[in-house]
Amino acid sequence: MTPAKKLTAIAAVAAITLLLPACASGPDASEPTNAADGSVDLRMSIWSSDERQISLFNSIADEYKTDHPEIGSITFESLPFADYNTTLTTQIAGGNAPDMAWVGDIAKDLIVSDALVPLTETFQKTKGYDYDDILPSVAKSFSQGEELYAYPFSNSPFALYVNKTLLAEAGQTVDPENLTWDTVSEMGAAVNKSTGKAGFVIRDFDYSSWLTLPSLWTGWGAKAWNAKGDTCLMDTPEMVDAFQFLHDAIYVDKSTPGPGVTADFFAGDSAFTTAQVSRASLLDGSFDFDIYPLPAGPAGDYSVLGQAGMGVLASSDHPQEATDFLSFMTNPTNSAQLAQFFPPPRESLLTGDKLAAVNTKLSAEQLTRVVVDELPEAVSPPVHTGPAKIAQTGKTALDRMWNADADVEEVLGDMCSALAPLLTAE
Amino acid sequence: MPTTRTTSFWTTKRRDVLAGYLFIAPQLAGIVAFVLLPVGLSIWFSLNKWNIFTGDLAFVGGENYLRAVNDPQLPSVLLATAVFSGGVVILNLAAGLGLAVLLNRKITGGALFRTLFFSPVVISVVAWTLVWGFLLQDNGAINNLLALVGIDGPNWLQQGPTAMAAVIVTQVIRSVGVNMILFLSALQGVPRELYEAARVDGATPAAVFFRITLPLISPTLLLTAIITIVGSLQAFAQVAVLTEGGPDLSTTVLVYYLYQQAFEFNDIGYGSTLALMLLSFVLVLTIVQWQLRRKWVFYED
Repeated sequence: MTPAKKLTAIAAVAAITLLLPACASGPDASEPTNAADGSVDLRMSIWSSDERQISLFNSIADEYKTDHPEIGSITFESLPFADYNTTLTTQIAGGNAPDMAWVGDIAKDLIVSDALVPLTETFQKTKGYDYDDILPSVAKSFSQGEELYAYPFSNSPFALYVNKTLLAEAGQTVDPENLTWDTVSEMGAAVNKSTGKAGFVIRDFDYSSWLTLPSLWTGWGAKAWNAKGDTCLMDTPEMVDAFQFLHDAIYVDKSTPGPGVTADFFAGDSAFTTAQVSRASLLDGSFDFDIYPLPAGPAGDYSVLGQAGMGVLASSDHPQEATDFLSFMTNPTNSAQLAQFFPPPRESLLTGDKLAAVNTKLSAEQLTRVVVDELPEAVSPPVHTGPAKIAQTGKTALDRMWNADADVEEVLGDMCSALAPLLTAE
Repeated sequence: MPTTRTTSFWTTKRRDVLAGYLFIAPQLAGIVAFVLLPVGLSIWFSLNKWNIFTGDLAFVGGENYLRAVNDPQLPSVLLATAVFSGGVVILNLAAGLGLAVLLNRKITGGALFRTLFFSPVVISVVAWTLVWGFLLQDNGAINNLLALVGIDGPNWLQQGPTAMAAVIVTQVIRSVGVNMILFLSALQGVPRELYEAARVDGATPAAVFFRITLPLISPTLLLTAIITIVGSLQAFAQVAVLTEGGPDLSTTVLVYYLYQQAFEFNDIGYGSTLALMLLSFVLVLTIVQWQLRRKWVFYED
């Protein structure tokens, strides 16, 4: 080796050593990307397969690509909702994780494992993003401390859907001023008796997904566990009363169908259903409907929210580019477009008129009633690390509830015994 | 000049050996990639705790095995597995043999029935089970039919015993066709002259069946018993679609339980431990049957 070559080699090594810490400093979306043109392929996992939604996402991606030559492609990968978490975690475990993903109850597991990229700083630095427009109450589920880990793009309150045609058949009318769970159950029983159709149906519960039940038990002031998440509250007197109401509705009043019976409100099978406002897209006009806030329970008026967020996975090869794209996809202009499908987290978009302008099923008045007025006070459903195990263990314990002669209090007590170790697990 | 014949490295024997290995290479590669490697990985995972979100793999030794021993749910799961497999094997072999014996007689429409009984085998198991799920609803077709004749049918999938029966029966109806075809071909291989000789000797139909037919088809019986047991221990979609292991743990069979642990609860380590347990069950049962074949399997040669 000639001295000149030696020197070059030493210089090269020194340069690499100097560069390394710079590379390791991690993503910072405020810096422009260094990626070569067309070298960045991004993939976002979603659980929707609605073609209108996907074509909107694609059009946002196409617009982004015109200013960002480094992007080769942005794809939206639709995974079946039922197995979404399982598929996503299997992809993560297999080293084939997407760059971005929709997250629901899996968010907490991802956040505590540092598997999501923090977003607050990037969003705040993005021009015209108006970060403070995002309601803190809806950002909470996807935050740890002050740091946001997923943009809460969908904040859909639970509402009471009413089949007016079926109620009229049974000679019943809804008095919106006086809508309580007791009156819903009474009217439901009357509908069941005179038409044979179902009274009220708690959508997606199916005597299995009991974590959909906050839309009911919050009316009794009940909670699944405490704020810290380490104490089971399924056996409190409020919860016992709420389940007693449900049990009576099934086995005494027959105002809601029991286990093993299918009744789809949107196919006209039931008089009432509780479901998220975003489910209004399932209405096909085959019957007269209306939509109201959830009926009051013994604890008064309440509202409950179902949420979904969009986050960037830390394992992505391009976290910086993915975060930058996410800040574009969720900026005020694009958020307004997303609002036609998902109730937005931005205060500026939350007026009945603005929502109605992009919603084909519900009127401004209805949207004000069930979204705008409800969102600020809505409680998010319980979240915890290890949601699948909690859901499954709770379901197994609750199975004994679904018999005419079940002892509600005893079943819920046993349920807490089964859940306690999972809540305190790290 | 004397030619010293240099013995080539490739002697005839070595060539044969190479050819032999080349012939089994594809099969061997498949077994290594899809059997030995996954089993090895499962053993490794079972000794670790894997946080799949962070990717941390921490060696925990026998902790997962200790957990299996102390798992309060595992006895119920093993009982459900035994009931399910026992039910499926007995019903499947009995029904398969019964149908084969019936179809072996020269009856009109035999081909039609053969096709009919075999057709569920080629239907996707998920589609098949979904349809049965609808039929077995409390307000489903089966209970509506029962109501027509004045019977108040049970809420099939919501009570332990009927849920288990439903899972077993849907599995048997779906898979009995394979055994039926295997038995049918075995029955048709039984030499006619043996039956004629028996008839000349005045044997009763029952004696003919138990003394001639059964011994002669016993190799097929062994084969079907092994594949039915192995198949029943691996039945997953029926449980996942029809009952999700409920009510309670009444239909949670081992393979569904390990799926829950590994893929729903993200506990790959414990899931792998359970998978190895399942593997050893299958292995032991197969070896036992193979050893017992000397006792009851009759080979003509």
